[in-house]
Amino acid sequence: MAYGPHTPEDRAQMLAAIGIASVDDLFADIPPSLRASGLNLPEPESEAELSDRLRRLADRNRVDLISFLGAGAYRHFVPAVVDQLLLRGEFYTAYTPYQPEISQGTLQTIYEYQSLLAELTGLDVVSASHYDGATATAEGALMACRATRRERILIGRGVHPHYRGAVRTYFGGASLVADEIPLLADGPAAGTTDLAALERMLADADRPVAGVVAANPSFLGLLEPMAEIGRLAHAAGALFVSVVEPVSLAVLTPPGEYGADIAAGEGQSLGIPLAFGGPYLGILACREVLVRQIAGRLVGMTSDVDGRRAFVMTLRAREQDIRREKASSNICTNQALCALAAAIYLAAIGPHGLRDVAALGAVRAAELERALAEAGAPRLHSGPYLNEFAVTVPNAGAVHRRLLDRGVLAGLPLAQVEPADPTLADALLVCATETTKPDEIALFGRALGEEIERGRQLGPEGLAGGRPTASGGHPAGGATR
Amino acid sequence: MAIVPQDLRYTKEHEWIRVERDLATVGITDYAAGQLGDIVFVELPEVGRKVEQFAAVGVIESVKAVSDLFAPVGGEVVETNAELASRPELLNSEPFGAGWMIRIRISDSGQLSKLLGPATYEELTREA
Repeated sequence: MAYGPHTPEDRAQMLAAIGIASVDDLFADIPPSLRASGLNLPEPESEAELSDRLRRLADRNRVDLISFLGAGAYRHFVPAVVDQLLLRGEFYTAYTPYQPEISQGTLQTIYEYQSLLAELTGLDVVSASHYDGATATAEGALMACRATRRERILIGRGVHPHYRGAVRTYFGGASLVADEIPLLADGPAAGTTDLAALERMLADADRPVAGVVAANPSFLGLLEPMAEIGRLAHAAGALFVSVVEPVSLAVLTPPGEYGADIAAGEGQSLGIPLAFGGPYLGILACREVLVRQIAGRLVGMTSDVDGRRAFVMTLRAREQDIRREKASSNICTNQALCALAAAIYLAAIGPHGLRDVAALGAVRAAELERALAEAGAPRLHSGPYLNEFAVTVPNAGAVHRRLLDRGVLAGLPLAQVEPADPTLADALLVCATETTKPDEIALFGRALGEEIERGRQLGPEGLAGGRPTASGGHPAGGATR
Repeated sequence: MAIVPQDLRYTKEHEWIRVERDLATVGITDYAAGQLGDIVFVELPEVGRKVEQFAAVGVIESVKAVSDLFAPVGGEVVETNAELASRPELLNSEPFGAGWMIRIRISDSGQLSKLLGPATYEELTREA
């Protein structure tokens, strides 16, 4: 098959075959008033000029910051082998194969990705992937509604606010209801899901619940009582959707072992760069019994007429292009390149390597907690965490901005994503990973200590009136403007 | 040529129905099974479910398509064929016998007049 662009002769041949004079004739049914008459584009630039302009634009990004930002996207070391293999032309520029069985290599990589995630999550079926953790979570919630034929889900406030927003967006179109489960306000388990409230919400006989969605670790970094949440959900006839962080699955109990029916999550931590917010990787997994409800593509393994191992796209009849409005989802694609990156990363570091990544992050996080507490910023909650937690900082927003000036990205001011919650008004969500260095933690502790002291002396107005900074910073990825 | 038993009634969507007093046994026709190809999965309504005439109540999945099962008559589902969970291919091999799908207790026998006789149904399949 030739992949060069069409020649004028090719075009003439095709036009003659279908009996029209020019390509414009194909657009004849669009009213003339709606047809574009030229686009207001700037003059073309040479490759050198364009490269230069883009480089100067990129240089405006702050890439020098010592980052303690997590909140759904995490800094991890990506071995060079991942990028080297991704750059292969067969992977990098290939589009979704429309006759998939011709692309056995592509299908095999997706099958390997599915298999690796099935091992990590402890569940039977993994889809070929979705756009990101938020849409995967929304698809998981929709699955619960389809499978139980109920119209209401309960979603914990410990689930990432952006994910809850995505679920609400998906549900709005389908006239489904998503009610939020509150977090405990005090006590040793403060900040985690209020199980008593959950039980009450499940007991409403007039509004049966299709699924309960909870995250572990939660958005606030806390470990949640997942087995108990699952038990309550099942007792009420609801399914249990668990939102997971894949690196944490190397050291925490996986969803398949604590009773989750469906698991969703963000795969960015697996060999995918922060890249200022994307492209990322939506993980969706489920138990075998739900295989016909799972959204997304599925690659299966079988044998061909000669008995050789072969890979196929399976359960295709369920997808939107065939099932139309009755399909389980509008999604009929996947994040193939990101899924491949995740598969290569997992294969390269192996299960022990992944455990080391998770464990080292936890060690650094404990050091970070000590350093910040000494600086005057104690933890907001007291429950166990893995590598992310919230700390109390007076005038958190202003302190965060001043620390940016000093080259430290001090996590996420929680007031930015939960402005209506007074308990989070003066809190920063910080995290550590295996890439966090002890001297970085010491620097953060010192700088934070100085800023807290400065705040005490100046008072809130004085602190806010400091030198203007480049910007407050965007929660995701560390980019400014 | 597809088999069209003369003692059954039919729907435009290729279901057959056998009525005994107020009980209707329902399945899909030989013609439908042939058009769908190898059937791999069947999703049936749960026993106790109230169904309306011509509403979609189940799903039949073949290798190449997923098709809805429509209730030929309204009433309550009183029985479903448990064999189909492990042997969906019965719809291809014995569509009018062991491949029966659901039994409905008919709520309004007047609805039966909306169904097609074997001759009309056969005409329908010939035109298709």
